[in-house]
Amino acid sequence: MPSSTTLDLLSLQQPAEVVAIDWSAISDNEGRRLRALGIDKGVSVEKLYKGMFGMNDPIALKVGRMMIAVRKSHARAISVSPVAVTTTA
Amino acid sequence: MSEIAPLIALAGNPNSGKSALFNALTGARQKIANYPGVTVERKSGHFTFADGRPAELVDLPGSYSLDPTSPDEEVTRSVIMGLQKGERRPDAVILVLDAANLDNHLRFALEVIALGQPVVVALNMMDLAERDGLTLDPAKLEQALGVPVVPTVAVRRRGLEDLSAAVEGRLLHKPDNIEPVVAKDRDHGLSKQAKRIANLAIVSETAGRRWSERADRLFLHPFAGPIILFAVLFVMFQAVFAWSEAPIGWIESASEWVSASIEANLPAGFIRDFIIEGAIGGVGSVVVFLPQILILFLFILLLEASGYMTRAAFIMDRLMASVGLSGRSFIPLLSSFACAIPGIMATRSISDPKDRLTTILVAPLMTCSARLPVYAIIIGAFIPPTQVGPGIGLQGLVLFGLYVFGIVGAMIVALVLRSTVTKGPNSGFLMEMPKYQLPMMKDILIGLWQRAWIFLRRAGTIIFAATVVLWLLLTFPKVPEDSAMSQVDYSAAGRIANVIAPVVKPIGFNRDIALALIPAMAAREVAVAALATTYAIDATDEEAEARSLTERLQSRWSLPTALAFLAWFVFAPQCISTIAVTRRETNGWKWPTFMVVYLFALAYVAAGITYWSAVALGL
Repeated sequence: MPSSTTLDLLSLQQPAEVVAIDWSAISDNEGRRLRALGIDKGVSVEKLYKGMFGMNDPIALKVGRMMIAVRKSHARAISVSPVAVTTTA
Repeated sequence: MSEIAPLIALAGNPNSGKSALFNALTGARQKIANYPGVTVERKSGHFTFADGRPAELVDLPGSYSLDPTSPDEEVTRSVIMGLQKGERRPDAVILVLDAANLDNHLRFALEVIALGQPVVVALNMMDLAERDGLTLDPAKLEQALGVPVVPTVAVRRRGLEDLSAAVEGRLLHKPDNIEPVVAKDRDHGLSKQAKRIANLAIVSETAGRRWSERADRLFLHPFAGPIILFAVLFVMFQAVFAWSEAPIGWIESASEWVSASIEANLPAGFIRDFIIEGAIGGVGSVVVFLPQILILFLFILLLEASGYMTRAAFIMDRLMASVGLSGRSFIPLLSSFACAIPGIMATRSISDPKDRLTTILVAPLMTCSARLPVYAIIIGAFIPPTQVGPGIGLQGLVLFGLYVFGIVGAMIVALVLRSTVTKGPNSGFLMEMPKYQLPMMKDILIGLWQRAWIFLRRAGTIIFAATVVLWLLLTFPKVPEDSAMSQVDYSAAGRIANVIAPVVKPIGFNRDIALALIPAMAAREVAVAALATTYAIDATDEEAEARSLTERLQSRWSLPTALAFLAWFVFAPQCISTIAVTRRETNGWKWPTFMVVYLFALAYVAAGITYWSAVALGL
């Protein structure tokens, strides 16, 4: 299992858990918006899509049952730890 | 004493189906106004309880949290807490939750419930949740939240009676004097609590792949996605022209018929001239654009209601970021192709103030439909209808070029503004991308009707007034019989134009254009009406009167002048309504003044460069 990384470097379709967020790298207002959209420590996320022509910006993220768009600059401040994909029979 | 109808507030996250529920409860009788002092829309309507008692329903802006991050969320918070100016405290709140997105929507619900006001939860879009393989137990949710929970499907009008009964019940058992209890440390722990309650309410969940996710694999594909977006936009602009031909023809024949009837039934004289040349000629020449505006809005409303618009914003974000904006600006700028006014109002969804200001300032550069008549008449008169390739006509190519000119201009201006007057850290792009939905015809029709009404009201007031004033200025004072001057030169308008003419002479504009530019300040499309009126009044004999506006333009304008005129209209801020809405949205005269000055400067330079180059090339 790969060790902790940041959200911008996470590979697509790799479920992960948010382990830490560097709130100092994000403005207060945007921090509130991030939390309002459900991104916080301990939340499960999955990176689903990248931007136009495979550019890594912005990123479409699955949080709970919702899909949200975040920019790479914010993704960089979010540390995640990949979790194993449970393959049920 | 007559009892005041209770005020019920409808609150919920964006994309919870709140507006659909509002439409289902109130029907088409809605009132749209603004909250005093802020640029947030207040949408209200009436509805009646089962026993016939009336209530007022107000649709609050969609919010993620009571801790506001935008003016919209600020209003929602103030209204619910009874602190909003111009609004009494709601007697009850209907909280709308997307049944398929409980863990996210419960956060806001928990915050509102903690305030202690009478609350009823509408567990909306139950059908979609079931389709996603979710089975929910509303009773369990009711227990956990301590407030009534009613399952609804707003678009199919399911559960509306139960909802109204539950609200009525809450109003009757209203507890007295509840002080607002502001939850401490709302953010942390709230997510966990929401998740726990959601898990309680979810009875079972099958992991069926949702079709919405499958659709995104195509629409958000790194290569197919942008191509599809481009195709959608192409079809949209194509439709604006192709589908509008027939209805425009009907409106034209209708206004001709009205003119003819008046001519037959009224004695010749001032009143008849006034009605035919001033009123019908002026307003009629503008109302013909209603079909195009409605088609463009039909597309925009469909794209918004289906959920595709947010995908378009996602795809465009990287491109917009290169000029310092975000994907969020894409939607307002796209709307500006119909009209800058709804475009500028749509910037309210942009949370970053500098992003929003920049978007407002460049919105008038998007080629709005009011410019079409100006482009169409000049292109028709001066650009030959030759083919430059298979299926590509030169006229169409010039028109397309003018659109591109505006877009490129807007990008450059945005880049310059973002590094000067609206300088600031690059803003983020945080946005929910809701599940795809089949748009409901009723909601789309209500939206279209509201746009049509706004446009017609504008045509009936500002545009009508402008054409009437111009007609009066052109008609008076009457030129004396023995004078060698033409009526236009002798008239008040002609005298004003003669003062402006020297200023615009260097860029190739003649007196008639200077004259047309004045009333076009009211609305750009009036320029065409103004030229038509000017040449109609100026016509000295029967023969000249019979010539079309196109022929008159060809005989009086050179090609460089015509091209300069087109370039001018790409930039010139000739629309009082846009300036007024900018003033309202930016709360002052500073930014609208800045906008007018920079746009006039750009228009002058662009027209000048076009004219001088065309002359130098010997065109």
